[in-house]
Amino acid sequence: MSELKQELKEKIIDILNLEDLSPSDIEDNDALFGDGLGLDSIDALELIVMLDKDFGIQLTDPKKGKEIFKSISVLADYIAEHRKK
Amino acid sequence: MPSTEKNNANRGVAITGMGIISAIGNTLEDNRLSLLSSQSGIGDVTQIKTKQASQIKVGEVKLTNDELIDQLNLLKDNNFTRTALLGLVAAKEAVKNSGISMDDSVETGFISATSVGGMDKTEIHLKEFPSKKETQKYISSHHAGDSTQKIADALGINGFVTTISTACSSAANAIMLGARMITSGQLDRVIVGGSDALSKFTINGFKTLMILSDEVCAPFDADRKGLNLGEAAAYLVLESDEMTKNKNVLAYLTGYGNANDAFHQTASSETGEGAFLAMQKALQVADLKSSDINYVNAHGTATPNNDLSESVALTRIFGEPMSDFSSTKSFTGHTLAAAGAIEAVFAVMSLQEQIVWPNLNFKSKIEETGLKPTTTLKNKHIQNVLSNSFGFGGNCSTLIFSKR
Amino acid sequence: MTSCYIHSAVSISAQKSFEVEQLELVEISGEKVEALAPNYKDFISPMALRRMATGVKMGVAAASKALQNANINEPNAILTGTGMGCIEDTEKFLNSIIANDEAFLTPTSFIQSTHNTVGAQIALGLQSKAYNNTYVHGALSFESALLDGLLMVQNEETNNVLVGGIDELGTEFVDNVRMMEDQNPNGIKVPIGEGASFFVLSSEKKHNGVELLGIKTFSKLSIHSLQDALIAFLSHHHLKPDSIDVLILGNNGDSFDDYYEEVSKAFPQETTNLSYKQFCGEFYTASAFGLFLGFEILKSQQIPEGLLQYKAQKTSLKTILLYNQFKGRDHSFILLRQC
Repeated sequence: MSELKQELKEKIIDILNLEDLSPSDIEDNDALFGDGLGLDSIDALELIVMLDKDFGIQLTDPKKGKEIFKSISVLADYIAEHRKK
Repeated sequence: MPSTEKNNANRGVAITGMGIISAIGNTLEDNRLSLLSSQSGIGDVTQIKTKQASQIKVGEVKLTNDELIDQLNLLKDNNFTRTALLGLVAAKEAVKNSGISMDDSVETGFISATSVGGMDKTEIHLKEFPSKKETQKYISSHHAGDSTQKIADALGINGFVTTISTACSSAANAIMLGARMITSGQLDRVIVGGSDALSKFTINGFKTLMILSDEVCAPFDADRKGLNLGEAAAYLVLESDEMTKNKNVLAYLTGYGNANDAFHQTASSETGEGAFLAMQKALQVADLKSSDINYVNAHGTATPNNDLSESVALTRIFGEPMSDFSSTKSFTGHTLAAAGAIEAVFAVMSLQEQIVWPNLNFKSKIEETGLKPTTTLKNKHIQNVLSNSFGFGGNCSTLIFSKR
Repeated sequence: MTSCYIHSAVSISAQKSFEVEQLELVEISGEKVEALAPNYKDFISPMALRRMATGVKMGVAAASKALQNANINEPNAILTGTGMGCIEDTEKFLNSIIANDEAFLTPTSFIQSTHNTVGAQIALGLQSKAYNNTYVHGALSFESALLDGLLMVQNEETNNVLVGGIDELGTEFVDNVRMMEDQNPNGIKVPIGEGASFFVLSSEKKHNGVELLGIKTFSKLSIHSLQDALIAFLSHHHLKPDSIDVLILGNNGDSFDDYYEEVSKAFPQETTNLSYKQFCGEFYTASAFGLFLGFEILKSQQIPEGLLQYKAQKTSLKTILLYNQFKGRDHSFILLRQC
């Protein structure tokens, strides 16, 4: 699981172009949206594509994204349970 | 050029002609008949090869590029993009409808709007440009000003010509600039409007935003799933009051407002601030109260975000009772940059027919705001129509059309 | 009708033009030349910066500085002109569609590709709800925005209008444009460039300030009607050719430079003729850099090092006419005067 979390941190930094951050700057339980990392609805859409492309998980309702992307831990759990790749 | 630059805020702006081509008709009269018979033009995409085809519905113009080229009598070897073709059809109709002639000595301007520009051709030929000579003519037709230049040239307009591109509020802004050019005395006459063709670029772009519906859209409905893209072009001939002595004036452009939501690049704020300010400004310019508005042609794209945000803004402006309102995007789809222009034509038609156009596919009210649009053709006295167009980048524009 | 003054002028270009005390211009060469980037982090937050392509970064930074220099926190209108719009993100999204056959596409580059992104990001950064418009009409993009701004100040009693012109090189389309120009012996000779130039317009007169007297655009004008149109424009502002001290012309080395010769002929020999595209390159909104130069000349009462090719015969630097056109169309005249 910690490997997956590390992978997710690297992916998020890369996909969302968070140039100034390194994986160690993102805590497993930090809020990704709103007040934490400050990601927004466009970032959520980017992550939805990542779920499909890299893990074979298809989210058809963008609003579900809010719950799943709460934090790295929550996201890792969700992927571990639903991944097809 | 007008002999003096008059600063006369009382210089009325009259609409003396219109032209339109959309999913519900290739001419002004075809569009009118479709509205009067509640006939939507939304269906499957047939003219663009896209992997998204089975998951979307669109408002396509029912003519191919070749048919448009034939109708316009253009040379076979031309570099007209579909945006330019649609635009020229509508612009020519507007000129004919108004009875004006470019040969007279009135300096006429042309202000168009587009977001797609020449992309419908660029997306097909981009990789061929370096090696296939016959495709290279589309390099110069990519930029947004190209279709405007082509239409201006075809109409014989050589003076003030420009293009506005503010996403889905573009044509409304073009109409607004035209009005200001007249009220400030810069021009006595100006043709204003916009054109956008469907493209793989926009279809895929909106798909990534997850706001496209796979069914015909349901504006202001509680269970709305998203928008249908559309393509269209429409133009209006605006003239100053003095020019209309012996003319048939279709309506007057009495109010306009442009404000920015400044909330997010694509989403609208919860309070609909930009929309609210645009409507407020338009009412101010028209010197009208919200209760003077008899029909609101809403932006109403049927996305979860817009319709809620716009409903909040409408409630803030109108309070109780809410004006009769509807979105005609369930007829034509969301025609992006052209929306403000085709909906201006529909607003003028509403004044001419004294009918509120129906908001198709509505079943139940949005819970948070409880607004119910007009769902069937409604005959009533209509003096003033307000039309909204809101775009990405927070660009919000409102126009008010009136009988005098 | 209220007079209109330019309170500030800022430019990001291939030259060291941003935040410098003294302008020194150096001719550029090559097929295309990038603009010199300032430290964008000084103007834009990292969260906003991460999504921005070159044009948006240049536009937001230049706009920011123009407002700063004019001592304005929030303008009453934000007007931008761009010929090719956000071509970098347009190319990115289009290439993704092509490469992935419409699969796994992500929204950011699509969202950032709309022509009004610069104007929108400026508004967002300032939380400005003011009138906001974007003009995209080839070589008249900037002039259209400038005219809108002028109308506002002159007729609508709106002050502090922010107006700018922006274009970015991009990475693919520009090579096709360059190829077409190079295939043609009469094609553009200067490099293709990029840049952002922003101005604040106001009705407030300032000592030793710069007045924007007027602007006129023509979609089409034959070379034979050019002088008549020019004289008519000048006389509308109660001026004659000998009232003009400096002509700023948009020569780019192609055969349409004949139009600049034609205009030049209407003026007395002593009129100082300056061309600038050998310093900023050619692009649809390059004329905004020309206006920036005009402003600098009037403010400093000097012609920047490198710009003057021959010894200036006229010592007066009070009234400037700018003329630009592209491929024989999209003509514009802009008139500036020192207060």
